[in-house]
Amino acid sequence: MAEKITVMDPRGYPPKVEGKRLAIRPETLDGKVLYLIDCLFDNADVFMEQLRLWFAEHMPKVETRMIRPKESWVDDPEMRAKVVAGGDAAIIGVGL
Amino acid sequence: MGFALELEKAGIPTIPVSTHAFARLAKATTKAAGMPTTRNAFVPQPVVGLSPGELRAYIEADDPIAKKPFMQVVLDGLTGPLTDEDYADASFERTTPRFLEPDTEDNIRQLFIEEGWTDFLPIILPTEQRVEAMLKGTSHAADEFVNRMSPTAFREKWDFDVEKVAINAVMAGARPEYLPVILALCSSGFSARSSSTTSWATISCINGPIRNEIGMNYGIGALGPYNQANASIGRAYCLLSMNAQGGSEPGNTYMGSVGSNWNYTACFAENEEASPWEPFHVQKGHKAEESTAAIFFGGWYTQSGFGPRETWKEKFIRCLTATDHFSNPFIVMDPLVAKDFNKMGFTKQGLIEWCAENAKMKAKYYWDDQWTTTLVKPHAEAGIEPAASRLRADPDELISIFSDKDIEILVTGGETQGAFKMISGRLVGQMPRGNERRPSQTAGKLLSIDKWR
Repeated sequence: MAEKITVMDPRGYPPKVEGKRLAIRPETLDGKVLYLIDCLFDNADVFMEQLRLWFAEHMPKVETRMIRPKESWVDDPEMRAKVVAGGDAAIIGVGL
Repeated sequence: MGFALELEKAGIPTIPVSTHAFARLAKATTKAAGMPTTRNAFVPQPVVGLSPGELRAYIEADDPIAKKPFMQVVLDGLTGPLTDEDYADASFERTTPRFLEPDTEDNIRQLFIEEGWTDFLPIILPTEQRVEAMLKGTSHAADEFVNRMSPTAFREKWDFDVEKVAINAVMAGARPEYLPVILALCSSGFSARSSSTTSWATISCINGPIRNEIGMNYGIGALGPYNQANASIGRAYCLLSMNAQGGSEPGNTYMGSVGSNWNYTACFAENEEASPWEPFHVQKGHKAEESTAAIFFGGWYTQSGFGPRETWKEKFIRCLTATDHFSNPFIVMDPLVAKDFNKMGFTKQGLIEWCAENAKMKAKYYWDDQWTTTLVKPHAEAGIEPAASRLRADPDELISIFSDKDIEILVTGGETQGAFKMISGRLVGQMPRGNERRPSQTAGKLLSIDKWR
């Protein structure tokens, strides 16, 4: 029987995760303002423009507004404040 | 993803759209952010390079993850009422024990492999005795907080202390006297295992008396596997990065498409003794008797050459303009090359300025680059120089692709050949080119090793 040994855990210390709630959903987007956020990833602007055209053709009662952060992968509180103040929903793409 | 979570918290229903390759990562990220029921929508990979018509086809096709029409996923996500699952408390705590369950050596080795705690090369198992011996390499307490780290900016940061660094140093095969160097690198909080799809790596350079105290190799084969200190210091930094940040697992905490062999180990020392120029750390404002570590974030490419020969200018220009210019180069020179440039009358700064002045390409080639477009162009459009001038240039106009702040020169090697390498790598702490809005992390100073003795 091979001898048992004890070794130390190499992993760091993960933070505690605080649960957060999703926003309450509207029943419909008709008559609502939908922000289309171009996250600035290469070609994302072309994708978001196609999304805007889809809404214009299929759901014309939805008011779409295109918006972009100042830079990729960096928070832009000013842009977020605009979306919160004037929007009812948002789609952000394409990226992570 | 960060934007979407912040907007949800502020009461705005939001759908983040990603490509299907990121589905697992999206799930893990939202769970760790406390919002596991975030409603994502996915399109196929890639998006880059596709025409408007091809992207419209994505919108009208199925979401490849949900297997339902993409727009149905989007609309359901924005208007579908919250469910019991959405209302459930998503808080949770994870802990990592100080000691693992006792087991046989073979089983523990297998556990480290299965859990992804190694780079799949053999490790020294970190027993308490070995870690205690490693800790004798520093005066700092085992439980002293060192920093926190994450694989990307949008993932949660994990903390680590001196003991965690020592554990990974043992695993890497380091000796206790190397620990201050490893602690200095890890104290940057800058991950050597970035999760970027572009397969970044870190390459470190050590300066000052510590190089000789611990016997680092800056002679023949300085960048290669010919010295325990060079090899294990770089490896320890890589292992600590993957383990302290919560993993480096393909598809989850690592997304580099091609990967990088610099991620195993990449640490060298400057040959200050043979260089005709002041050492790198002195150039950066440190005293010669200080010991420092510099981290270069890059690893995308290596250009190489010999000389300087009669046509060195053309060779340098070819190398510089063949770089993937979003990632600026640091030039590693054998002392023979540095001495020849010195004889020609070049100071180190003079040669850097020559490189910056002469590395030019047509504006249309400069901007036809995924990362320059994604990360530099927004600054150019905001009027920030030098990016703004580059954007104003006519497509066929030759523009400078680097400034003198983008290029560094380091001298190392054993003088068996007049070789140089131009290696992708931005000095951590310096701002990415054209990104002047982002504050410097270290204000140009290098990492102090002496602080961790």
